[in-house]
Amino acid sequence: MPTREEILDKVQNVLVEALVVEDDEVTPEATLVGDLGAESIDFLDIVFKLEKAFDIKINRGELFPEDVFTNDEYVRDGKVTEAGIAELRSRMPFADLDAFAENPVVQDFANMLTVTDMCRFIESKVEVTD
Amino acid sequence: MRWYWIDRFLEFESGRYAKAVKSISLAEEHLHDHFTNYPIIPNSLVIEGLAQTGGLLVCEYNQFAEKVILAKIPKAVFYCEAIPGDTLTYTTTVEYIKEDGARISASSYKGDTLHAEVEIIFAHLNNSRLGTLFDPETFLRMMCLLGAFEVGHAADGSPLVPPPQLLQEADPGPPTQ
Repeated sequence: MPTREEILDKVQNVLVEALVVEDDEVTPEATLVGDLGAESIDFLDIVFKLEKAFDIKINRGELFPEDVFTNDEYVRDGKVTEAGIAELRSRMPFADLDAFAENPVVQDFANMLTVTDMCRFIESKVEVTD
Repeated sequence: MRWYWIDRFLEFESGRYAKAVKSISLAEEHLHDHFTNYPIIPNSLVIEGLAQTGGLLVCEYNQFAEKVILAKIPKAVFYCEAIPGDTLTYTTTVEYIKEDGARISASSYKGDTLHAEVEIIFAHLNNSRLGTLFDPETFLRMMCLLGAFEVGHAADGSPLVPPPQLLQEADPGPPTQ
């Protein structure tokens, strides 16, 4: 069972390798898209490397529920509706959505995930020791 | 004109690896200008050849149902040049194939000499994003032309065979008189 520190270390290694960035760029607060330059295709590689690093299975849409953004019930005029925010909160308990919920422009969503969110996601999938 | 940057498959094991050969000839017009009096195969075309070798491997694994697009090259290192008269052997190995795409690691050898190492990520695009730009038959026809079914094996070791439903459309046989 990994500690939180070990999870952060492994997540950082995955991101360094997948996004070809320097170690010191992958701070806990760094956003994957804005700060580390991740593109949509990189999430495929990140998911695979996380599965391998932690010996877990990550289903499609589990880390990034893209189907929410193509659902008319959840998106209106380029913004996520209240129902959409509720759906995202339920599907992504590991992510801090408060700032996004204040002005939920769909295009900004991809830039919301941080390294810390990724660690919380892993913590929800593996048993963690103190 | 077709965009072929491999000449023939040497080995093909479904979902695992493929080996193909590319013979470089001064008859290839692009070498006349790349570079004048110093012809070398452009590295970008070596990457395209590796992508064709690995892309068809991914296509076949998915029974030609996915539109496989080269999406990213996380790594490409070239160790030497290759010139007319050289034969390059491309080997591609599947790292993973998932619902959304695949990743392969690839190498190019000039005889016993390592020529290049490349990592390639492919994306699977759905029909609405590509229309009929790539038909499954196109990839299957390419596999036939490059001899993949002559040398290939399925995962269980049995001879590789094309999906029956696609075979007739892809290979209608020799023209009739």
